Amino acid sequence: MANEKRKKLTPVQQEYHLFEKERETKRPIVRNCACAFLVGGIICVIGQAISYFYMYFFDFTEQTAGNPTVATMVFLSMILTGLGVYDRIAQFAGAGSAVPVTGFGNAVISAAIEHRTEGFVLGVGSNMFKLAGSVILFGTFAAFVIALVKTIATQWGGL
Amino acid sequence: MLKGHRTWVFANKPAIIATAAVGGPFEANGRLADDFDLLHEDLWLGEESYEKAHRVLLEEAAFQAMEKAGLEKENVQFLIAGDLINQMTPTSFAARTLGMPYLGIFGACSTSMEGLALSAFITNYGGADYILTGASSHNTAVEKQFRYPTEYGGQKPPTAQWTVTGAGVAIVSPKGDGPRVTAATIGRVVDMGLADPFNMGGAMAPAAVDTIEAHLRDMQIDASYYDLIVTGDLGRIGRQVSLDLLRQHGIDIDEERYQDCGLLIYRDGQPVLSGASGAACSAVVVYGHLIKRMRRGELKRILAVATGALLSPLSFQQNETIPCIAHAVAIEYGGEA
Repeated sequence: MANEKRKKLTPVQQEYHLFEKERETKRPIVRNCACAFLVGGIICVIGQAISYFYMYFFDFTEQTAGNPTVATMVFLSMILTGLGVYDRIAQFAGAGSAVPVTGFGNAVISAAIEHRTEGFVLGVGSNMFKLAGSVILFGTFAAFVIALVKTIATQWGGL
Repeated sequence: MLKGHRTWVFANKPAIIATAAVGGPFEANGRLADDFDLLHEDLWLGEESYEKAHRVLLEEAAFQAMEKAGLEKENVQFLIAGDLINQMTPTSFAARTLGMPYLGIFGACSTSMEGLALSAFITNYGGADYILTGASSHNTAVEKQFRYPTEYGGQKPPTAQWTVTGAGVAIVSPKGDGPRVTAATIGRVVDMGLADPFNMGGAMAPAAVDTIEAHLRDMQIDASYYDLIVTGDLGRIGRQVSLDLLRQHGIDIDEERYQDCGLLIYRDGQPVLSGASGAACSAVVVYGHLIKRMRRGELKRILAVATGALLSPLSFQQNETIPCIAHAVAIEYGGEA
């Protein structure tokens, strides 16, 4: 817990905090990083292979192959999520399966599956972006801010 | 009769005349599979939603227990039970099926012993001939409510726990044969400022310690009086923390005789991280496993301390810490009882 939060606690609570922390199982950070590197890397290799596939067998260039590649990766992630495999890979891989676009697909489809019992409108429709919604919102906003900075820099900054 | 500050001593020693435990697929692979009356291989239980499956768990456990006790549902005066889902619909809907006068209680994962303490109190003073009490939880229904969608790929830290799918119930009666409820200590809410919902054991440990200490003080007995002191769902970390806290407070407790339901239920190697949790955890282990061991004469006196974390997904998102509670019930069988 952040130090700022700890300051709000009473001395007895703070003492217990340290007492408990000593006995807590730590996250195996080195192992997690290695697993994330491995699985994340494998996912990217698959993505690269798919991208080459679209370039050699279809009429895509290196610039335009991105869109069908992302769509395919998200589709694969949806299939794996539906079969109940993706969350098991994720427990092993951590950030390795969460950061690539497949993780985004998983966040959307898992919420959609989960809320199917509440119907299509109130369930799937309104809950599908429960997790991915903040990625979309803040991703779009960050892109807007960067674009604004770039525009100002090139228009008036003389870059 | 009140003894000390917050302990009830039951002079008439109401008996647990029948118990039943129902579990899901994960429990069927666990260490205590033989102690369940009914195990399901499918989390859906043939229902349309996890919440409906959750309701069925409690219904089945209730019917199993009534069959064992040779009772019809008309003979049972009250149902005292609870679960973790919003507004406790699985339990209330099961109460609709059972058609008994019903008191819904919420104590998070401490519900099982809260229910048993109240049932013993009511039957001890002639308030009822038979009370059906219990608690239930359903892994995916609870995950859906408290955490992320079940298929979401988020890595859980090693401090996280696995919610038990199951229901455990007991029928309490002032007459009849069975392990007897001799005393109960009601817990108070303890908040030591932990806020991580993936480390419930660490948050709940001080509540368990508080209640155990209060029980021993009120009853003026030593921890060695009990063959087994069993906590609800502290898991690996919570058990260690509470054990060390008890020792720090000068209560000498034998490690072998201090167990946790959350560590008893599953096998080593099942991917449950720090252990089991959920309202059903203490219910199925106490009513399924431990009561059977008492009937076999392996245990004479136990103190079951069910622990509960009284948080909601909303309180966690608003950065509130996790208040916790623990209720203790003493059960004795054989000997002088």
